[in-house]
Amino acid sequence: MNDISLSLDTVWMLIAAMLVFWMQPGFALCEAGFTRGKNAANILFKNFVDFMFGSLLFWFVGFGFMFGSEGAGFIGAPNWGDLSFYNGDLPVEGFLMFETVFCATAATIVSGAMAERTKFSMYIIYSLFISLIIYPVEGHWTWGGGWLSNSASDSFMMQTFGDVFHDFAGSAIVHSVGGVLALIGAMALGARRGKYAKDGSSRAIPGHSLMLAALGVFILWLGWFGFNPGSQLAASGEVNRTAISHVLLTTNLAASAGGIATMFVTWLKYGKPSFSLMLNGVLAGLVGITAGCDLVSPVGAVVIGLVCGVVLVFAIEFIDHVLHIDDPVGASSVHGVCGILGTLLTGLLSVSNGAFYGHGWGFFGAQCLGILAIDLWAAACGFILFYGIKYLKGLRVDARIEDEGLDVYEHGESCYN
Amino acid sequence: MKKIEAIIRKTKFEEVKEALLNSDINWFEYHDVHGIGQSRQARIYRGVQYSTDVIERVAISIVCRDQFVDPTIQVIITTAQTGEIGDGRIFVSDIIDTYSIRTGEFGDCVLRDKK
Repeated sequence: MNDISLSLDTVWMLIAAMLVFWMQPGFALCEAGFTRGKNAANILFKNFVDFMFGSLLFWFVGFGFMFGSEGAGFIGAPNWGDLSFYNGDLPVEGFLMFETVFCATAATIVSGAMAERTKFSMYIIYSLFISLIIYPVEGHWTWGGGWLSNSASDSFMMQTFGDVFHDFAGSAIVHSVGGVLALIGAMALGARRGKYAKDGSSRAIPGHSLMLAALGVFILWLGWFGFNPGSQLAASGEVNRTAISHVLLTTNLAASAGGIATMFVTWLKYGKPSFSLMLNGVLAGLVGITAGCDLVSPVGAVVIGLVCGVVLVFAIEFIDHVLHIDDPVGASSVHGVCGILGTLLTGLLSVSNGAFYGHGWGFFGAQCLGILAIDLWAAACGFILFYGIKYLKGLRVDARIEDEGLDVYEHGESCYN
Repeated sequence: MKKIEAIIRKTKFEEVKEALLNSDINWFEYHDVHGIGQSRQARIYRGVQYSTDVIERVAISIVCRDQFVDPTIQVIITTAQTGEIGDGRIFVSDIIDTYSIRTGEFGDCVLRDKK
């Protein structure tokens, strides 16, 4: 490859990595806005912790678990901070940065669902495990060249489905894993005090600033323009410049369609369009399109956005009113449900190998197995981790701390003075 | 001397303020108040219906000499009135004494109204 092309690809990858990093403040603002002011410093702090520990751990061992070669496609060898094993065209340190911000995105999804009642120290333990092992292992199965993405003709996936699992930028690998862990974390914790009445009916606990939440969602939207188009990992040449443009378009269309769908569903359902749910709807469309943003047509992207935006409203209601799992920001619905949905819809709507375009059900089967394997792994780890912490050390703060706010008791500092 | 306390709609505050300044009041204090009443407002947050009983109003507090009490009350009533339920209340009470911190004067001469 010629030198200028490689430099162009590197610069694009690094810019995209910076944009994906910018999703961290997006998550932080979104989660802080949807929760109460007395816990704002705590939730902002958690978003920093996820990124800081994730950066160190993913550099030191996670990168090796994910992209190392040993382990028969199930797990790579830990690299202990040594990056020399990696032999790709792109500079390995830049590539590590790009993968680090994706790992940190998966890690940071959970804090919103567990907001307002988790011990800070126990949250750090969760945060170590996702960056250390949970994310790198399933990442190895897919982007690391493991068993789900092994396209050799005698591999398990090719023999069974005639196709490999495809997740372009991480609907399954990043978002559904974060969403599943969020759901299990919130389940293990139990609801916030006062969230459910004695008769089991759900109560509203309005967040303290839709201004912050809205800014957070806009920032995430921008960050996604790095998340998805950046995952092409190249910009030079006709194929790549066409691909990143296509991905940018499909990403934006799905986000818009998702927000619009949620707006109209809430308008019909509740009599008024709900702004807070529409914010989630935009994210639902973005999460949904992430798996197939390179394979679906612009129309397909709008379909994915609309489906995710509609399903989101019912998923949030189901998790809240039926399962009685208290997820203050809707992370399990947005990232979990819509991540799974987007991965499956890719199997149907992919122009090159999807079932709706007459290419048979092999690719859809590969998507089903992939999402099942990834999320079962995440769920199993989540169960052991969260219930283990719960019974050994306790996940929750005391009732008094929860009532008066985590900021003062966990950190001695309040967000607003 | 009397103290006039009026609880009015937030939306009417600007009008009342202008009207008071245009009449003979040259200083008053105000603050945002939250009241709890019998009326409930239906709200929906993230798919959960709930009702809020918190009513937001502005409370204005004016201390003036006796001869200005009636005109001031009339100004507030005419400007703050919409005719709908929730326009507010006015309370009048006696003030025993007033001191000027700067000059040490006391009595209602401290309240230097225009007239």
